[in-house]
Amino acid sequence: MRLINRRPGGLGILASAAVPFALALVLYVVASGIRLAENPDDKLLPGLATIGAAVERVAFEPDRRTGDYIFWTDTAASLQRLLTGVFVGAAVGLAVGVPNGLLPWFGAFASPAVRALSMIPPLAILPILFIVFGVGELAKVMLIVLGTAPFLMRDVEQRVRELPREQLIKAQTLDATSWQIALRVVLPQVFPRLVDGVRLSLGSAWLFLIAAEAIASTDGLGYRIFLVRRYLAMDVILPYVAWITVLAFALDFGLRQLNRRCFPWYGA
Amino acid sequence: MIEVRNVWKRYPGKTVLENVRLRVEKNEFVTIVGASGCGKTTFLRMLLGEVEPCEGSIRIEGAPLVPEPRADRGVVFQRYSVFPHLTVLGNVLLGLDLGDAPWLGRTFGRRRARNVARAQEMLARVGLERSAHNYPSELSGGMQQRLALAQTLITEPRILLLDEPFGALDPGIRSDMHELVRELHRELDLTVFMITHDIAEGFSLGSRLLVFDKPRVDPHEPDLYGATITFDLPVGHRRRADSIIDDINVKPV
Repeated sequence: MRLINRRPGGLGILASAAVPFALALVLYVVASGIRLAENPDDKLLPGLATIGAAVERVAFEPDRRTGDYIFWTDTAASLQRLLTGVFVGAAVGLAVGVPNGLLPWFGAFASPAVRALSMIPPLAILPILFIVFGVGELAKVMLIVLGTAPFLMRDVEQRVRELPREQLIKAQTLDATSWQIALRVVLPQVFPRLVDGVRLSLGSAWLFLIAAEAIASTDGLGYRIFLVRRYLAMDVILPYVAWITVLAFALDFGLRQLNRRCFPWYGA
Repeated sequence: MIEVRNVWKRYPGKTVLENVRLRVEKNEFVTIVGASGCGKTTFLRMLLGEVEPCEGSIRIEGAPLVPEPRADRGVVFQRYSVFPHLTVLGNVLLGLDLGDAPWLGRTFGRRRARNVARAQEMLARVGLERSAHNYPSELSGGMQQRLALAQTLITEPRILLLDEPFGALDPGIRSDMHELVRELHRELDLTVFMITHDIAEGFSLGSRLLVFDKPRVDPHEPDLYGATITFDLPVGHRRRADSIIDDINVKPV
């Protein structure tokens, strides 16, 4: 049988997906073992037991100074910023993208500006955000909004333009107004595509979140990583990075399920 | 009555239609045939209000055509006629709901129940009552076109425009659809314009057949001259083939 026709079955799929992760773990344990054998105080590749102890300390014991379980307060603070930023970014993307794609006059007015806006590297204006909005929550959320909204505006605009011309004509022959077309024809069809756009932009949203937290914050996953870096605390950094990955994966999975459940017609 | 007065359509470097003249009485069933790219679809899009003529005018019952699609002219395309995000029932309901609810575009309570009843009646008329809660992607091509007809006819247009509606269907299903369209035309007192690639369909289905073609062709610049109606034949199943051929011989414009 040709290779292109050999497919993994149920267990095969799970097992093959697990192999790279298991391999990385084994590689880490071996490398860490070698380094620790040379120097028991090595901080670069701490052993699994050390990492476990660090996780126990930050996640399941109250902080000696503040009494918080810092792992969870960091997670809550970061998720709140990320989700607020992405939600606002998506709302702006929809509010600007739909009229941009649907109304020729609106598009003529706003579309070139959106294209220009999306060329500004968001991190380059981070200092401006801190000056304008202070070093509080608003500046960090704004960075995520500014980082995701231009892409989503352009993406939504493109999705609206991709709707078949026939559909818009058809709606007009049913006497739909422009508003009704936006509400009943365009929005419901663009929404699942917006969710896909959000899934794509989550990666950059995390990037902007961690950058903002690293520079000016007193809590959050990114703040913690950059704080403990000073002590070369790899035993904290590594589980934090793994946790961020898990969170990002869960968000992506959740959005995919949302699309599947709420829009069964989508992708059919 | 629909009156097309000396309509021309030109694009830069290309004439699509030249001097199209036509009078269609209420309740006629006009089929339109012609080679690809000879302006049939442009003509239909003009009747729809999507494309404006460069010269000439189109009048419906004496009033000039508004250059925008309106509810008095329903349309079924070959594809993309139905909304993929609405169920079969939702697709038919849409026309009624849009008329009843200018801001929300959907109705509730007793009004919705009344609209649903009307929509289901229409679905039963086209034979889709069992698929009311399916999405269009779950329907066969023929069923999708039935749905498109139901969706259009629920708002009671006076004119029905069909752009190769059965072009993608199997022959067997196509003849079922012919029967349906013929019945709907009779029952609902419609004026129908239908583009088709199938000459037999053009002869058998309508009461009048229009042939679009270019009367003049410059071999060095094929886009110089546009197409127009070169044959305008009364047809229908009661007429015999030889009398149609007489018409072809007698009536070239």
